[in-house]
Amino acid sequence: MTELFGVPLAVLAGQVMIGLINGSFYALLSLGLAIIFGLLNVINFAHGAYYMVGAFVSWGLLTYAGIGYWPSLVLTPLIVGAFGALFERTMLRRLYGFDHLFSLLLTFGLALALEGMFRWIYGAGGKSYAVPPSLTGVYNLGFMVLPIYRAWVIVASLTVCVGTWLVIEKTSLGARLRAATENPSLVTAFGINVPLILTLTYAAGVGLAGLAGAMAAPIYQVSPNMGSSLIIIVFAVVVIGGMGSIMGSILTGLMLGVLEGLTKVFFPTASALTVFIVMILVLLLRPAGLFGKDK
Amino acid sequence: MVIESDCILEARGLRKVFGGFVAIAGVDLRVQTGHLHALIGPNGAGKSTLFNLLTKFIQPSAGEIRFKGQDVTSAMPATIARLGMVRSFQISSVFPHLTVYENIRIALQAHARDTWGFWRSEQALHRFDEDVHDLMTQVGLEPLVYTRAADLSYGRKRALELATTLALKPELILLDEPMAGMGQEDVERTSALIRSLARRHTVLMVEHNLKVVADISDKITVLRRGEKIAEGSYDEVAANDEVRSAYMGGAHG
Amino acid sequence: MAHRYKDFRPRLVSPMQSYGLLAVVAAVAVLAPLVIYPLFLVKVLCFMLFAAALNLVVGFAGLLSLGHAAFFGGAAYAFAQAAKVWGWPFEVSILFGVVVGAALGFAFGLVAIRRQGIYFTMITLALAQMVYFLAVQAPFTGGEDGIQNVPRGSLLGLIDLRDTITLYYVVLVIVVVCLLQIRRMVHSPFGHILGAIRENETRVTSLGLNTSRYKLLAFTLSAALSGLAGALKASAFQLATLSDVSWHISGEVVLMVLIGGIGTLSGPLFGAIFVVMIGHFLATSGLPVSLVVGLVFMACVMLFRRGFYGETVEYLRTRLLSGPQATPKADK
Repeated sequence: MTELFGVPLAVLAGQVMIGLINGSFYALLSLGLAIIFGLLNVINFAHGAYYMVGAFVSWGLLTYAGIGYWPSLVLTPLIVGAFGALFERTMLRRLYGFDHLFSLLLTFGLALALEGMFRWIYGAGGKSYAVPPSLTGVYNLGFMVLPIYRAWVIVASLTVCVGTWLVIEKTSLGARLRAATENPSLVTAFGINVPLILTLTYAAGVGLAGLAGAMAAPIYQVSPNMGSSLIIIVFAVVVIGGMGSIMGSILTGLMLGVLEGLTKVFFPTASALTVFIVMILVLLLRPAGLFGKDK
Repeated sequence: MVIESDCILEARGLRKVFGGFVAIAGVDLRVQTGHLHALIGPNGAGKSTLFNLLTKFIQPSAGEIRFKGQDVTSAMPATIARLGMVRSFQISSVFPHLTVYENIRIALQAHARDTWGFWRSEQALHRFDEDVHDLMTQVGLEPLVYTRAADLSYGRKRALELATTLALKPELILLDEPMAGMGQEDVERTSALIRSLARRHTVLMVEHNLKVVADISDKITVLRRGEKIAEGSYDEVAANDEVRSAYMGGAHG
Repeated sequence: MAHRYKDFRPRLVSPMQSYGLLAVVAAVAVLAPLVIYPLFLVKVLCFMLFAAALNLVVGFAGLLSLGHAAFFGGAAYAFAQAAKVWGWPFEVSILFGVVVGAALGFAFGLVAIRRQGIYFTMITLALAQMVYFLAVQAPFTGGEDGIQNVPRGSLLGLIDLRDTITLYYVVLVIVVVCLLQIRRMVHSPFGHILGAIRENETRVTSLGLNTSRYKLLAFTLSAALSGLAGALKASAFQLATLSDVSWHISGEVVLMVLIGGIGTLSGPLFGAIFVVMIGHFLATSGLPVSLVVGLVFMACVMLFRRGFYGETVEYLRTRLLSGPQATPKADK
């Protein structure tokens, strides 16, 4: 068997694959966080909870309504996004004038409440979600076996990430969004409805989290605490990358996922700590973050 | 050299580039001990940038800064203040929720390095009361001792800020547009205050308006688009053609 | 003539009234274990100390930490390890817990203080999660079971702590002393600098002080006191578990401070009583604690950001002190 650094290539490739999958989720979630932070100046602590809700919505659509994977890939982000829009309209909006800490605490409370509610209803155990028939099976790449669903998740989430980046950086809609961040009153004067933009941005950001949840459902167990453990790692990712750059958060997410996978091969016990250790190193060496701008 | 010892602050070839935009293009500046030195120029001349460079709030792209002969080019802002070069801000900078008394006392604490005693009682801080009193009297704030800084008028905030600056026993005081945005009465009061300050301290002051500094400064440096275009007494500077065309003839006379 | 100025602080109650209040509180504290389950009271005391310690950084230094469970839980493990495995006496084990809390706090502070505001909060949360993962993996912590049956021993070899009522009074004395020290600290020369940094950090820098160092000391002191709270709780319950280091605990203690009133001296104490009581009553009701805690959190942020105590004080201030001495003479 082929080996690299004394590790069978198949094992190495397998871990890189798992790393890429985790990295895709880090990227999707930190992208959403960055968009919301960029426009609303809010750290959405509930982002992980929306991801968890997304997974449950997808599972619920299948279990209660018999709606399958493909439709739910569209429906789930819409449902989660609508819930997010409602939350932004009724609660979050009222805090814009106050210290940032209050919006952080509000979304923190929401995260706790959602997690608690789902645990109350469904218990702490996980639900499984079958891989859709069209994506079952594997590709045999020779040096490794690649489950089709996992390949799909990586490709799909990267496409979504890059698509989002294109919309924000390269289109006139994106330009308007960025202008709204810089100078809300000026943009209002141009006849753009800023409050609506803020609501839609929040909805889009959490919709991305919902989509990530729907895609994660067939890979991980659908459980109430799947969001909170993930979001803390994503926060570390965000600290490492800095939230100033959309592409930066995508790249940082992927990179850290792969790094974490590789750590699992060489230092299995340290793999859960990888992201945090990188965060500490980055803070010590480059406090503003890899893609952050010095103020 | 004799001149060297007379010069408290010296900048050579100071340059600052912000992402391709040259804000300060190689400026030399020498502040004589005991002088009231004014740095003037129209909007966008780079006055504030130069000021921030000198007080180390931003790092120069090139050049060298010496304070009392010591190279401070890469020193931290807090270090500069400790060496005796203290700045006062363009936007009035006080502790808004603290009283006049507390504002000044914080500065005295900082100067006395009496800042770490987390186990000590508040009573220990009353040893500064005498000095607080003196400083308040100097800037005319004694009657307002228990007023919160936020409730002071603009000019009085400025006076409070000067008092906190003086509390540090500075050798060089840097004032950033001390009279910007003031009404006529406050301008006169502040200008008198600065004049009395300058009798005992070296002052470097950034000002937008040439007329304001005309009769109080010993030396004036004129900046335009990040470059020094003239230097000297008011009469010399005012007679300079380049200054006339760039500055006095402009919209900002 | 020597000048002496007052530390201007509006009083809401007269000195007589405050002595009266103090006497009532003291009587309640002394008599409470005769009526209420003492172990529950010890838990309340520990969380009061924990909340007051967190408030030191959140309220008085303007640093929102979501990682304080690491100090609380880390110290609980340290105490349990020292008291059970190494067989150290009670007071030495407690002290060891405090030292571990302080050391963790210093390390967290060194890293987190490099960033401000929201980033600071995220970093503390991430670092605490790292401690949580370490606790999951480290062999001595006993994984999901935690360290159980930790002996309480005796105080200085004289006072037997196996009696829970005795333990309550010992903890009461320790916590009261610490709360008084926190109060003194807030008004100390250091506390005044901290307050100034919270108000206007740039100005403090231009006065020649390195603000990071002051934040670091405040953070370390807060962590040490949180460690003390965690070690005391571990001694009372004879147990150190993963839940003590989890982010839920960090969240709960932030809620205590928020509910009581950020930056008030007594608010967090009431917040602690309230939140511990919620947990106690929910334990038997079947409703999940985190659902209710989350909803209370949201209600609190939306409706009374100053907290119960803060809002009450504000109400009393506008009501009672609307006379001329209420606000110092304005400069008009």
